Parts: sequence; structure tokens; C-alpha cells
Amino acid sequence: MDKKVVIELQNVRRNFQVGSETVHALRGVSFKIYEGEFVTIMGTSGSGKSTLLNQLGCLDTPTSGEYLLDGTPVRSMRRSQRARLRNRKIGFVFQNYNLLAKTTAVENVELPLMYNKDYSTRQRREAAIAALQAVGLGDRLEHKSNQMSGGQMQRVAIARALVNNPAVILADEATGNLDTRTSYEVLVLFQKLHAEGRTIIFVTHNPEIAQYSSRNIVLRDGKIREDVYNQNILSAADALAALPAPQDD
Amino acid sequence: MKAILSNKARSILSMLGIIIGVAAVIVMMAIGQGSKESVRKELSTWGTNLLTIRPGADMRGGVRQDPSSMQTLKMADYQSILSEAKFVTKVSPEVSASGQVINGANNTNTSCYGESPDYLSIKQWTIEEGTCFTEEDVKKSAKVCVVGKTVVDELFPGGQDPIGKTIRFKSIPFRIVGVLKSKGYNSWGMDQDNLIIAPYTTVMKRIAAQTFFSSIVCSAVTEELSDEAIEDLTAILRRNHKLKDDADDDFTIRSQQEMMETMSSTMDTITIILVVAAGFSLLVAGIGIMNIMLVSVTERTKEIGLRMSVGARGLDISNQFLIESILISLTGGVLGVLFGGLLTWGCNAIVGYPAVIPAWSVIVSFAVCVLIGVVFGYFPAQKAARMDPIEAIRYE
Ligand SMILES: Nc1ncnc2c1ncn2[C@@H]1O[C@H](COP(=O)(O)OP(=O)(O)OP(=O)(O)O)[C@@H](O)[C@H]1O
Ligand SMILES: [Mg+2]
Repeated sequence: MDKKVVIELQNVRRNFQVGSETVHALRGVSFKIYEGEFVTIMGTSGSGKSTLLNQLGCLDTPTSGEYLLDGTPVRSMRRSQRARLRNRKIGFVFQNYNLLAKTTAVENVELPLMYNKDYSTRQRREAAIAALQAVGLGDRLEHKSNQMSGGQMQRVAIARALVNNPAVILADEATGNLDTRTSYEVLVLFQKLHAEGRTIIFVTHNPEIAQYSSRNIVLRDGKIREDVYNQNILSAADALAALPAPQDD
Repeated sequence: MKAILSNKARSILSMLGIIIGVAAVIVMMAIGQGSKESVRKELSTWGTNLLTIRPGADMRGGVRQDPSSMQTLKMADYQSILSEAKFVTKVSPEVSASGQVINGANNTNTSCYGESPDYLSIKQWTIEEGTCFTEEDVKKSAKVCVVGKTVVDELFPGGQDPIGKTIRFKSIPFRIVGVLKSKGYNSWGMDQDNLIIAPYTTVMKRIAAQTFFSSIVCSAVTEELSDEAIEDLTAILRRNHKLKDDADDDFTIRSQQEMMETMSSTMDTITIILVVAAGFSLLVAGIGIMNIMLVSVTERTKEIGLRMSVGARGLDISNQFLIESILISLTGGVLGVLFGGLLTWGCNAIVGYPAVIPAWSVIVSFAVCVLIGVVFGYFPAQKAARMDPIEAIRYE
């Protein structure tokens, strides 16, 4: 494979000090992710998935080991450089959405672009509206985050991750709070982004979702237990079409 | 910005300190400026070409003087000035005494000034009723006088015509020949109408019993020629006093200009002290802002974490909080200036004190508010900027 390596982890460890105890959340994780891959990461609760994703999202730095993003070591970067990477290169969907309270959907989605001087106020708003339309929330633009359902908030969080047009999209349980139909809609969206050539890393509990990705990594106790390529990627659009039509109530 | 609006009550409370502090500073400056202007106005009504000669060396150094040096201005000096001084139009020697003045059963305390008839025109005072005494009266040490309104009111409560009546000052009878036009109170609250003016010869001989003058006042030809007049007068007096070339003057000549400058510098000092006192309340207000900003930073930890996770740098976060604290203190400053303006207006309209807000004090207030915002917002802003995104976003 002569594809470009986007993400490379070299024996990454992450320890947390809780009182006098040391929690080993990641115990030496190494892998390479190439441009355009759609990777699902699975594992039991507490296996270190979120910790790993925080590393990949440049939100956290390893206790030891090295993380190279596009060949550049992240650990030795300055804080502001990491902030810039998060802003331009990475779209991050949090496990619990993390929307700004009392703030409208559009404003939430605009947030990453506020820290990008290339966008004017108008462009920012246009991009935010486009991203919200892409996740099917074109009719909820001015709804405040506390006026939306869990699934809608989840989709606002996804729109926020897409708005800066990132090369790498990291999603932590992006379908965790959605019903089957909406989950598939989100999957369709991610497959579309994948088809556009973006690198996607998708943390999930649901083994079914792995069938729609190109590669599946399973974590246990902070180590990689399984790393397999999926030769038979299913189409989420087909699965969605096969679902029974939504009932009106 | 949003945070300020969504926490209106809290923001206004923390602004309150700034509002009061700025208002206090504004009012203090306005009062200072107002008094300065009214003193200036008052001094200029005395004639801007007024020159005052006092005995003794220049006192501004604060050096203690030999009492005999206070007796250096003599009749001969007055005569020389009258006959020789080139840039001086009118001259009056001055002797004063204070004491009780009596008319029958009525009495009051007042000051009696011995002057020449030129005095009124030097000071630009006018006679309302009657006339001034004459050179003739001076020569004869006549017991005549001109009185101020207050003296008239005190001694003639029935409203009789005082002209021609005789009053007693320190048991010396004086016949009233004129009444001065009222001048009211000056800015130090001194009644300018409580006085008696009599020929200097009369006061010297019969009341003060002295052969020297307490001062000599004269008018320079014009205000511009004041300096030349001072030089000329100095030469005359030094010659009269037989001072050696290396000896200091044993008298001091001040122009009205200098008097004004001395006055305004005194006023400035008082104003500065008041403003500094008011400024301390701004310091306290700044600490209040810092407190509120720290609370705000802690409350919004999650938001800070989120902003950082989508790419805000520490600098962006610290700017956000700095702008917020500047906005709070500047808004407080604007309200404070308005409030101070209102108080100043009240000062003028209700109390009648002539307070004037100098334009620069408004500008300085705004600048100080921005400074307070930066200084007291800096620490909270840094605290926010140094947060770790992951820890911050987990904060509940
Ligand atoms: N900030 C932290 N301080 C202390 N321990 C932590 C911290 N973050 C994570 N851990 C620990 O690291 C381990 C892995 O946590 P992580 O959140 O990565 O799990 P996860 O795989 O995402 O679980 P879930 O599926 O429930 O989200 C856990 O044992 C957790 O207690
Ligand atoms: Mg997790």
C-alpha cells in the first residue's frame, strides 16, 4: 500500500494518577492509520477508547511513546500548535456531545470557525448552516441546545466536527444515543465522508457498525487485542432502505 | 459579551464599584477645576495688571524672617514710586487693622484698610453711593471712610442712609462718605463686603500707630508691561533701601499673574489629593472585578475546555476574558462618568457650587477603566488560558 500514513502511534502509554494509585489507561498502543481509512474502535467500557481518541485528537499527550500526525510528533508541539491542528485538521465528536448551553445550533456549529481567521462572519454562518443541513437539521438552526433531543444534539455535535472540513474525523460513540434509523442515517453520512476521502475513526460499542467500516481495532485493558481489515464493507444506505418505514404517530 | 448579558445582576454589581469610583473621581476633578476657574475669575476682577509689593524677602522658600524685615516699606518708598515709577499708573499704600465697629447700639467685627483714593480703581471696585475720600482727606488724616455693604447692613439695620453718619472703629469716629458696591463672597467663603476703607494716613496714625506699610499695591500700565514695572519698582526700592548689589531684596513684588499661578497650583495639589483618594475606590473596584472574573472562569470551565478542543488557543481564551473584564470596567466607567456628570450638575444647580468637568478627566477615566480591566482581568484570563482542555471539558 503506497497510501500516506496520517496517524502513527508508537508504543503510546497514558497513565493517570488517582490519589496514590496509577491507572494505566493505555499500555503501549502502536498502529498506523492511512489516509482515507474508516476505522472503528471497539472494546469494553473502560478499555481506553476515549483516552486513545483524546490522544488522536491532540487533546491529550502520551505519558510515553510517540504520536505522529502527518509525520509530525505531537508530544513536542507547543500548545498553540496543537490548538491549530484541532482547529484545522481534526473534527471531534464527543461521547457526550459537549454543546454550549443556552446557545443555538448554528452558533454551536460556528464555534470552530471562530478561531479560524480565514472565515468571515458570513462565511462562518453559511458553513455552519451547510453542515447542519448535511446532518438533517436544516430546520433546527435557531434551536438552543437545551431545546433539542439527545439525537438532535448528537447531530449538532457531528455538524460541528464537520464544519471546518477536517481531514480526520474522530467520533466517540457518535451513534450511542440514536435510534436504529438515525444511527443508520449517521452511518450513511460517515460513509459519504469516507467516500470523499476523509480519514474516519469511529469509537463504538456496537459490533454491527464495524461491518460498515474498512478496519476494526479492538481494545482491551489499554492494549490492542485485534486489528482486522474488513474486506466486505456493507452499505449503510442499503441497510437504511431495508429498514421498515417510520411509523407516523 | 453574552456572558455579561446573561449575568446582568452580577455584572452590574461588580460594575458598581467602578461606577462609584469613576463618579467620585469625576466629581472631585470637576470641583477642583471649578474652584480653580472661579478663583481665577475672581482674581482677574481685581485687575490683571495689579502689582502687590510686600515687605520681606520672597517667602515662597519658607525661610523664617526677622520681624524687622517686615517693616521695610515706608512713606519714602511710596513717594518715590509715585514720582519715579515708569510703568505704573496708580499706587496705594496699605495698612490694615481689624476690630469692632460701632454705631450706637449696633456693632460688628470688621477690617479697616488704610488706602489712598487710587485704591478703588486699582482693585476695580466701584462706589455705589456717595464718593470716595480725597487726596485732601489723606493729607489731613481726615476721619472719613468708605464702607462695604455688610458693615452698612450690620450697623444700620433700620435701612437709614449711612452717608454722612459717623461710626466708631476702635473708638475712633469716622464719617461715612461712600458705600461700596456689593461683591458678595469669594470662593473661600470670605465676605468681601465686610470692610471699611479709610485714608492710610488716618489708619497709620490713629489706629495702627505704625510708620510702615503692610503692603503697597499699584497698577501696571498694562498686563503685558507687568514685568517691566516689577523691574523698575525693584530698582527704585533697592536704591531707597540702600541695598548692596549682593544683598537680597527686602521686599517682594508679585504680579496678579503670579498670584493666579500660586493659587492654581495650590488648588491643583488639593485636587490631586482628592482624586487620589477617589482613585483608591477604583482599586477596590478592580479587585471586585477580578473576583467576579475568577468566578466566571470557574463557572465556565466546561465552555473553556470545549472552545479549546475545537481549536481555541490559550491566547484566544485569555483575550475573551480580558475583553470581558475590560467591557465590564469600561461600561462601569461610562456609567460612572454619566453619574459623575449628574452629580456635578446637581452640584451646580442645587448647591450652587461652580463645578466644571474638564474634558481630559473623562478621557483619563476611560483610559483608567481600560487599564483596570486589563490589570485585574489578567490573572483570571491567564487562569482560563492555562486550563487543560480534557480536564476542563470534564469539569462539572
Ligand atoms: N482523567 C482521568 N483520570 C483518571 N483516570 C482516568 C481519566 N480518564 C480515564 N481514566 C481511566 O482510564 C480508563 C479508560 O477510560 P476511557 O474513558 O478511555 O474508557 P472508554 O473505553 O472510553 O470507556 P467507555 O466505553 O465507557 O466510554 C478508565 O479506567 C478510566 O477510569
Ligand atoms: Mg469513552
